[in-house]
Amino acid sequence: MYTAAVQDLIDELGRLPGIGPKSAQRIAFHLLSVSKDDALRLAHSITVAKERVSWCRRCFNIAEVQAGLHPGSGLAQHAASEPAGDAHTVLCDICRDARRDPKVICVVEESRDVVAMEKTREFRGLYHVLGGAISPIDGIGPDKLRVRELIARISPEGVEEVILATNPNIEGEATALYLTKLLEHLPLKVTQLASGLPVGGDLEYADELTLGRALEGRRTIGG
Amino acid sequence: MGLYRDEAVVLRTYKLGEADRIIVLLTATRGKVRAVAKGVRRTKSRFGGRLEPPSRVSLLGYEGRNLDGINQVETVDAYAPLRRDLERMTDAGALVEAAEQVGREGESDPGLFKMLTGALRTLAYSPQRPALLVGAFYWKLLAAEGVVPVVEHCVACGEPEVVSFDVASGGTLCRAHRQGAPVDAATLAVVRQVLGGRLVDALALPASPEVFAAAGMATAALEAHLERRLKAVHLLGGAS
Ligand SMILES: [Zn+2]
Ligand SMILES: [Zn+2]
Repeated sequence: MYTAAVQDLIDELGRLPGIGPKSAQRIAFHLLSVSKDDALRLAHSITVAKERVSWCRRCFNIAEVQAGLHPGSGLAQHAASEPAGDAHTVLCDICRDARRDPKVICVVEESRDVVAMEKTREFRGLYHVLGGAISPIDGIGPDKLRVRELIARISPEGVEEVILATNPNIEGEATALYLTKLLEHLPLKVTQLASGLPVGGDLEYADELTLGRALEGRRTIGG
Repeated sequence: MGLYRDEAVVLRTYKLGEADRIIVLLTATRGKVRAVAKGVRRTKSRFGGRLEPPSRVSLLGYEGRNLDGINQVETVDAYAPLRRDLERMTDAGALVEAAEQVGREGESDPGLFKMLTGALRTLAYSPQRPALLVGAFYWKLLAAEGVVPVVEHCVACGEPEVVSFDVASGGTLCRAHRQGAPVDAATLAVVRQVLGGRLVDALALPASPEVFAAAGMATAALEAHLERRLKAVHLLGGAS
């Protein structure tokens, strides 16, 4: 139907999340229609991101290799080392920050949740990124998440509190239940983000699950 | 663009774009429906947590060209107790996964809807987790689909004394025709209880090797019928 090069491009694009065959075709033809510079810039930023960005060896947050420390082109003295070598040496900005409190770990599903938590400026501890959530219907069990790596951090890092900050949906809740069971025998405090009403919302529009949770998690403010 | 009102169970959801989700529903009167819920992932969405699996909802939907849309949702039952127990959550996953596979788009199946809501209610509100709930649901699904394996006698010759079970052969087999996995009398008694109209008694059975084996037979038969492996039921691998 298409030449091999075009079909390859469509196939590669079609493997991206949320891109169906139709969209893959549309994006491929878009890329073919733009100037060569524009298309190469996209290719270049993918290459650079893949070279510089890896996972923090401690918390599995996204971590960027420091420029200068490790040239993007992989030249010089690092020529022989495989790119995967980065994954074992890199620490993310948060883990490298000496002002953060290593005794408190906030467990999240994805790196973008770290970003969301950081925006609050309320949390001064470290993170642990699971890389997803337990999902029975998708066949994703705890073994597919970085649970073992979390447990391995507890004792050596002297962790005193683990905050479960998985998403308040069925997968996130299943994950939190599983982690609670796993951690409850260890000498540390396990807490979970309170779930309740969105600030700025109206009580009457709250759904039953949310309102039920908010009631469950109510706190004393007087009397 | 037709508006409609229906009851439905939320089977699963997929992220769509920035803040939307595709919601897969098993409706009471229009079979399986895939519908878009706009903005549902935003914290302040008017849908809130109402479209979380496996909630039972009453909804106002509209027909679209590819996917339907959802205008309004009210909760009928969120089965809240399910969410406090990982095993029951996994069981609920096994129920909705099978319902999604068996349900057909554009084909009304009120029987399936009734079975699913009944099973979810039992799962959520029984004081003890019913060990055979998922297995019994699978046996009932096979019966409703008209593909239930023979368990009364040997498929090959009709001999009442059977010793093995083989999905490919279509059921239980006698000593002479034996194939597949061995099966004992206690397990067969459990299966016959489920299929013979004594479901309530079967659901009251505590976890045991027979209950586990009876559920395993149903899983194997349902997987053969669907021509695919079910994921949720294998996840905690007999964690009961
Ligand atoms: Zn880190
Ligand atoms: Zn026979």
